[in-house]
Amino acid sequence: MSLISTILRRLVLLVFVVAGVAIITFTISHLIPGDPAQLIAGDKASAQTLAHVRQELGLDKPVTQQFVIYVKQLLSGDLGQSLRTRRPVAGDIALFLPATLELGIAALVMAIMIGVPLGVLSAIYKDGPVDQAARVVSVAGISMPVFWFGLALILLFYVKIPILPGSGRITLGIAAPPRITGFFLVDSLVAGDLKAFWSSLYHLILPAFVLAFANLGIITRQIRASMLDVLQEDYVRTARANGLSRSAVILRHALPNALIPSVTLLGLAFGDLLYGAVLTETIFAWPGMGSYVVSSIQTLDFPAIMGFTIVASLGYVLINLAVDLTYMVLDPQIRELG
Amino acid sequence: MTEPSGDVLLEITDLSLEFRTYRGPIKALNGVSLNVRAGEIVGIVGESGCGKSVTMMAATRLLPKGAAHITGGGIRLFGSDPMKLSERELQHVRGRQVSTIFQEPMNALNPTRRIGEQIVEVIRRHQRLDNAAATSKASGLLRDMLISEPERIMQAYPFELSGGMRQRVLIAMAFSCEPRLIIADEPTTALDVTVQALILGLIKHKATSTGTAVVFISHDMAVVSQLCDRLYVLYAGRVAEAGTTASVLAAPAHPYTRALIRCLPGLAPPKQPLEQIPGTLPDLLDPPAGCLFRARCREADDRCVSVPPLAAIEPARRAACWRRIEETQAA
Repeated sequence: MSLISTILRRLVLLVFVVAGVAIITFTISHLIPGDPAQLIAGDKASAQTLAHVRQELGLDKPVTQQFVIYVKQLLSGDLGQSLRTRRPVAGDIALFLPATLELGIAALVMAIMIGVPLGVLSAIYKDGPVDQAARVVSVAGISMPVFWFGLALILLFYVKIPILPGSGRITLGIAAPPRITGFFLVDSLVAGDLKAFWSSLYHLILPAFVLAFANLGIITRQIRASMLDVLQEDYVRTARANGLSRSAVILRHALPNALIPSVTLLGLAFGDLLYGAVLTETIFAWPGMGSYVVSSIQTLDFPAIMGFTIVASLGYVLINLAVDLTYMVLDPQIRELG
Repeated sequence: MTEPSGDVLLEITDLSLEFRTYRGPIKALNGVSLNVRAGEIVGIVGESGCGKSVTMMAATRLLPKGAAHITGGGIRLFGSDPMKLSERELQHVRGRQVSTIFQEPMNALNPTRRIGEQIVEVIRRHQRLDNAAATSKASGLLRDMLISEPERIMQAYPFELSGGMRQRVLIAMAFSCEPRLIIADEPTTALDVTVQALILGLIKHKATSTGTAVVFISHDMAVVSQLCDRLYVLYAGRVAEAGTTASVLAAPAHPYTRALIRCLPGLAPPKQPLEQIPGTLPDLLDPPAGCLFRARCREADDRCVSVPPLAAIEPARRAACWRRIEETQAA
């Protein structure tokens, strides 16, 4: 199966996934007890004001009709208007999502850059000191709660040894770079603003590390396990019997094959990272989707919650597509036979 | 009959080796001695677990580190002790001077890299050739293996080829750096019978035309008898008998060799039911004293409670059996 037909087929499936997600989130958000009109208008609002607010928001119409209106809007790319911020939900998401993506991607890159080499070394020097140390780090990463670890790092590197910033995306007083992608690192480079770039990078280190740490352990263990499997394979013995150097045996023959089973995990890890970002963003006052969603839930902001859920599920499906495409790149058997 | 006179490429003397396991040491080799000279084809025969592959993997130091321990004897490969070489020095011996063809062609090639890349990688590791020269050399090697469209095969991935085709690729790879010695470890066992003869022919032809020595490991006496100048019969980590193929087949000295030959249609005497050897290999975790074949041997008697030495019974002919040794001394 070719790359293009895979992509097309997945994009068709995407429509069904989004439709399903829309139905489920709409249903759930309307089953939750609580009256958004009451929340917006306040406790002391008169019955008349409440009715007015309801009418304005379309909440007075029957639920089925509300759903039809919502789907119509969705089809035209409109996620509705936030009850809380009174701005279009799509615009709000576009504003906050890049911060979360920047954090998530940075964390994923960090987790891979540390986790993969650590996993490879643990497998090569199985039961040696590196393997034992990596095991401790992995278990710590998997079992340490983000909120505790985040606060501990802030205490250590911001309060006791003040070398890293503990909150926000950029130093107060340094202007955020002009918005192009919403990624501060990218935008500041495009604008040629190195001061903003370094400041954003410093601000990214702690939250990204906290977020990476949990997945680091899982990635290390997975890479270690699949490396141990692959190192037993006959083709690794062939490579050794042919006198290839140790680095060629490990990097050219063992690692690429060991990465294949790990790709699924990396896809899942990225999903996890975005979800873990909610807590991390709260701890580090990171202005991303996490904080936005938490506020939306607190105010029963249905359009915002549904908008976020749809975007998030879209993201999940796209990540899975990316995982499958990565398989095709890494494994010729999948690429050529499908 | 005299011993062939080429340089000794591999000399194994009284090699003992054990695998340390949780249940205790498994004594896989118990004093194996053999040698291989330049240009000859030597067979190592025996049933599964007798130590054929372990002996040769010890010689190229391909046994898993930590598990296998040499407890006695020595190996000289091209005049030096492989156990004393550094990992780097060893890499220049492997592939360049001695290469190995393994049993399972299905898994012996990297599944995610093209055939061509894998052969070229080995060639360029050991020879000063640029990519184009190495590629054309690889395609020549494949042509020698009677592959008619080498360019197409080199673009293929292993999963697109049959077992026989993969084994030809691996043979081409083994010969790619003109090694002095090739170890063929049951190269046809996993293949269809129809392909076996072709593969054996290719190995023999290529070895003879390049003057490469081959150690051919097999459990199949019939295959070894077609291919080899000399052979060693291994039993439970010991050499039971050694000699030229013709002399061993004509008059097997060790009861185990005789039993092996009688098991085979074609080699067994005509119009007699084929034999089977009763019993199984002794437990190498706790080997019995004396001759290890004793429990399965029809001719065993009181003398066999002590270990028979591998003694010369004829020129260029040795056997580890008390009965033969006494007959020789009597004659």
